[in-house]
Amino acid sequence: MHKQSLFHISKRDALPWYQRVLICGGAILLALIVCALVTMLLTGENPISIYGTIFYGAFGTARKSWVTFQNLAVLLGISLAVTPAFKMRFWNIGAEGQVLIGCLATAACMIVLGDKLPNGVLILVMLAAALAAGALWGFLPSFFKAKWNTNETLFTLMMNYIATQLAAFFIIIWEVPKGAGKIGIINQNSEAGWLPVIGGKQYLLTILVVAVMTILMYIYLTYSKHGYEIAVVGESQRTASYAGIKVERVIIRTMVLSGAVCGLMGLLLTAGTDHTLTTTIVGGRGFTAVMVSWLAKFNPIVMVFTSLLLVVLSRGASEISSVFSLNHSFADILTGIILFFIIGSEFFLTYKVSLRTSKKEA
Amino acid sequence: MKKIIALLLALVMVFALVACAAKTDAPAEETKTETAATETATEEKTEEATEEPAAETAAPADFKVGFIMLHDENSTYDLNFINGAKEAAEALGVEYVIKTNVPEGQECYDAAADLADAGCNIVFADSFGHEDYMIQAAKEFPDVQFCHSTGTKAHTENLANYHNAFASIYEGRYLAGIVAGMKLNEMIEAGEFTAEEAKIGYVGAFTYAEVISGYTSFFLGARSVCPTVTMEVTFTGSWYDETAEKEGAQKLINNGCKLISQHADSMGAPTACETAGVPDVSYNGSTMAACPNTYLVSSRIDWAPYYKYAISAAMNGEPIDADWTGTLATGSVVLTELNENVVAAGTAEAVEAAKAELEAGTRHVYDVTTFTVDGQQLTSSMADVDTDADYTPDTEAIVDGYFAESTFRSAPYFQLNIDGITLLDTAF
Repeated sequence: MHKQSLFHISKRDALPWYQRVLICGGAILLALIVCALVTMLLTGENPISIYGTIFYGAFGTARKSWVTFQNLAVLLGISLAVTPAFKMRFWNIGAEGQVLIGCLATAACMIVLGDKLPNGVLILVMLAAALAAGALWGFLPSFFKAKWNTNETLFTLMMNYIATQLAAFFIIIWEVPKGAGKIGIINQNSEAGWLPVIGGKQYLLTILVVAVMTILMYIYLTYSKHGYEIAVVGESQRTASYAGIKVERVIIRTMVLSGAVCGLMGLLLTAGTDHTLTTTIVGGRGFTAVMVSWLAKFNPIVMVFTSLLLVVLSRGASEISSVFSLNHSFADILTGIILFFIIGSEFFLTYKVSLRTSKKEA
Repeated sequence: MKKIIALLLALVMVFALVACAAKTDAPAEETKTETAATETATEEKTEEATEEPAAETAAPADFKVGFIMLHDENSTYDLNFINGAKEAAEALGVEYVIKTNVPEGQECYDAAADLADAGCNIVFADSFGHEDYMIQAAKEFPDVQFCHSTGTKAHTENLANYHNAFASIYEGRYLAGIVAGMKLNEMIEAGEFTAEEAKIGYVGAFTYAEVISGYTSFFLGARSVCPTVTMEVTFTGSWYDETAEKEGAQKLINNGCKLISQHADSMGAPTACETAGVPDVSYNGSTMAACPNTYLVSSRIDWAPYYKYAISAAMNGEPIDADWTGTLATGSVVLTELNENVVAAGTAEAVEAAKAELEAGTRHVYDVTTFTVDGQQLTSSMADVDTDADYTPDTEAIVDGYFAESTFRSAPYFQLNIDGITLLDTAF
């Protein structure tokens, strides 16, 4: 008699939506339970109060909610930017650099032209500069990919370092005071080049821009001819060229769009909220965006929820570290556990696990 | 079949565990909501209190202090601030919140505003790059005091509730320099190298006034006891870059430097010295535990005196200085304990003597008779005290025969390149 394994794994057909929700919901619930156990075992803190604190950290006051939605908008915006390229199976991990170069272009206009142009014109120049800079950072790797089939993952990754070094170089040139290595808030007194504040709410503009972007990106990917071409190129480049799609053109066009949207996010960061330039202003969100986009299966509407989850976790994480005097790393552990379960649930969405029925005869 | 039963059993156990956890949690959650309710109540109260200036003397019970830190306790720089914050808040018995890992961007404004929302009466930030965001918050919350360490703008901003603080750390560096000079003398006497070969290496972060003031005062302290000493300085372009600091220290040692000191926040330089067996003068706190054979002494700023001063003033409704400078006398500038196994004999006495003279004002660190710039003794030096984008020199800093550092504003502004110090690279 040979031994049989206890489980049997097989690929599933498409699941009805309520089963998908059930599996995802179950994964999140399990993740919360494991987090609770880890919290109790490691710190002795009450896990429910930790969850309460995470929620309080994200939505506890009006200000906390605004900041959460602003963070959400920035992460979602960058995720939207990388999505068309991903859908085309073009592994753009250079969003970090594409946003940063947009910030750099914006800051350059604000510093050099701040006292030379009227504010409306200045903002238009900044917008053009940021879009162009981001688009250039997207164009270069795609051009080399299309012409000589270079590896876009390495190319976009290395463009990040070039952007960081350029930003570092210009920060030394514009530093105040001398030698400080910091620019500080640009045009703090004149507010030249600052994006307008809508209704007294500083973060509203960013949130509205990204909300519009989300809808446009959804329409672009789902209903436009471009979106269809992207999907076909992503499925199979050969099929695409057989169907008469100019693959090279689609690759370059899509990456220029990706880069330009990243540049726009750079503009919103530097001119809309931070009003400064540092080498860490993007703060790794160019990479987190990759995960947001993947978790949502490149669907812009679902991305709202995946980025909300990540933003709430990270906002809650800083609240935990100050309320319970726990190290910031503890919150990262919790985030890691939750992501592990969510990514793990993908397995159960794609595959079916069934127990083997024993065939023992009586 | 057995396997399935085992699986079921395991599942039941897991659920039992979770159920137990849930049960014990329930009452705790109730108390949590209660405290939340009282919290909002006190918030409302403080808002009312701040609206009426008549109720100046807030009872310490609802007085709250907020601290914003760039990193957490893993950074020596921030640890030094966190220790000072805890000491001051506990000594005064006030409630406090510490927010760590707050970057030098919009997040700093958000953190400051959030602390103000949470009912903090006074908010401190610890990093240079936080300054503009603290000013932004100060403009929005005129009833809350905002204090920023190491900043330069409070004396020109003219905001009643925004304040800078620093300490005359150059005096501490000078005393640490005396320890270094004594050690060099001892090594020269022991025949390890000639008096002409006595060279100090210094790992700096940026060519920023705070760093320049630091290494110059350290050098002058060393030269006051070891007249032939020279110095080489290298810059890393970062306040915290362990690899760059280690490589910088190693480069200086290879260049023939006999003693190393640093102004950057990682353990890079001290550990490079311990490996190479070269004496090291540290910063921000003792590195004796990691470097028992090479650590000499460390100078640091003790922030507790400033925190106590500012919190007490805010509690009593008294004004806080726009620009506060801690000194040896206030206990803000301190040397950590000497490593008796490594320092030269008589070091403690020499340091005490110099300290007494500095405090009495009979000795000045930047006495113009002790250094030259381009071969000339200084009679005048215009410093950039009021921060502007063009670095305009605006204030005569030579007073009564010495360069008056940390006098016209607390943050350092000494930016002269004196003879005897060689800058290896000035890219940053």
